[in-house]
Amino acid sequence: MNTIPKKSFAQKWHIKALVWTAIVLALFIASCAMTGVDVGAFLTGFNQFMQIFYEMLKPDWSYVPFTIKPIIQTIQMALIGTLVGSIIAVPFAVLAARNIVTNTVIRGTIRFILNLVRTLPDLMLAAVFVAVVGIGPMAGVLTLAIFSFGMISKLFYEAIETIDMGPIEALTAAGATKTQVVWFAVLPQVYNHFLSYFLYTFEINVRASTILGYLGAGGIGELLQRSLGQFRYDRTAIVVIGTFIVVVVVDTLSNQLRERLQ
Amino acid sequence: MTIKKTFWQKYEAWIWALIFVIIYVWAFSGIPVTGIQAVAGEVTKSILHGLFHPDFSYVYTGDGEDLISLLLQTLAIAFAGTIASALLSIPFAFWAARTKKGGTHLGSSSGKLFLTIVRTFPEIVMAIMFIKAVGPGPFAGVLAVSFHSIGMLGKLFAEAVEEIDRRPAEAIIAAGGTQFDVLIHATIPAVIPEFISLTLYRFEIAVRSASILGLVGAGGIGAPLIFAIGTRWWPRVAIILLGIIVMVTVIDFISGYLRKKLV
Repeated sequence: MNTIPKKSFAQKWHIKALVWTAIVLALFIASCAMTGVDVGAFLTGFNQFMQIFYEMLKPDWSYVPFTIKPIIQTIQMALIGTLVGSIIAVPFAVLAARNIVTNTVIRGTIRFILNLVRTLPDLMLAAVFVAVVGIGPMAGVLTLAIFSFGMISKLFYEAIETIDMGPIEALTAAGATKTQVVWFAVLPQVYNHFLSYFLYTFEINVRASTILGYLGAGGIGELLQRSLGQFRYDRTAIVVIGTFIVVVVVDTLSNQLRERLQ
Repeated sequence: MTIKKTFWQKYEAWIWALIFVIIYVWAFSGIPVTGIQAVAGEVTKSILHGLFHPDFSYVYTGDGEDLISLLLQTLAIAFAGTIASALLSIPFAFWAARTKKGGTHLGSSSGKLFLTIVRTFPEIVMAIMFIKAVGPGPFAGVLAVSFHSIGMLGKLFAEAVEEIDRRPAEAIIAAGGTQFDVLIHATIPAVIPEFISLTLYRFEIAVRSASILGLVGAGGIGAPLIFAIGTRWWPRVAIILLGIIVMVTVIDFISGYLRKKLV
């Protein structure tokens, strides 16, 4: 039988794809209208954009010494934020893991809280914490702690859910309590995953912490805000270059450590 | 006979622990703990009070400056920016994708470097540059999202292009097809579902960034939020945060559902 399978009318004319394209196109046009997209204004204003860009191409190298201290502070903030966030995350992760906690109410509540925490963008948390504890790196540390808590607890409980149940059953059969099971059967199995996710979260926190200072939460972002406020784009360029170097160095180091863990 | 452990095997864990402790002692020394203001407790109390008594009158006022309209505007910024960015990313993805085996990868490496630079360039700075170009407002936000997202979408698209099955393309060439036929019948059908899924994922992130771009004047819900925080108007802060949480949750849910259907 050498017949080619017949396509239905909808398949032949790609009705489904066309309908979806039309929906997306309609939403896109509506969004553009709502946000006042004006290609003409963009083209005429593009000179302004390029002018800032040209100023950035001539970085003010004499500004470099002033950026060292804030950059170090940025890394310190990221380190502490990651540590605090992951310490708080461990108990939450254990309570949210399907294979440890069989009670759906507790698990559901914990997961709901974690989902809520993850919806809040980092800069928004920074704005709130600056209002609470005042301008300074403390606000940044708290922001990063909450931000990494939301992310790392999800990674942690997903890691816990993939472990081998054998040791847990063995310990339970031998009469171990819940705490003993977690301590001797669960944690040794996920230890390497935890360290790896810790480093990964640290990378993300370094990226995040470079802009938190824009709202007064410490670190290199403060210089970003200052230089932009003074229209010193040559200095902004230095800050951006510094951020770039820090992010690349931290990513490389962390990637190498994570590869060793596997 | 027991095998003797080398010094490194015996003490490796301790050495790492020591390094870890030293790093953290150094880190804590750099953050002044005394920096907390005396009124922190009071502020926290009023924030908590405000959070439990949100200003519901702000949800809809009908003047276009209320919560619903600004959340919709935030979504519009994210949507327009993501779609524009997805289209702009396609050429960059093909530039950065390593599709040829062997030889030097000057082309793809330069593309990857370019995308990394775009990705690390702070979105806030980009937003400020666009505000200078087109004036404050949601349009600057759309531009910032569209150009900044290229960094990440271009990279993810390039990885998708690298991972496609090469055999359909070889089959078309073997049957006498041109490079154009390969593009239309092999490459595009293979990457489209992947591209759509990645774009949806990026849209989830764009919603979050669009809601903070208003902090610098690029439209959306961020501007009233920073204003409410600045004037210590906690019930108003609470309702805006609630609105953002609900919006992000709903978008994540819809996008996650659509992405599951695609795979």
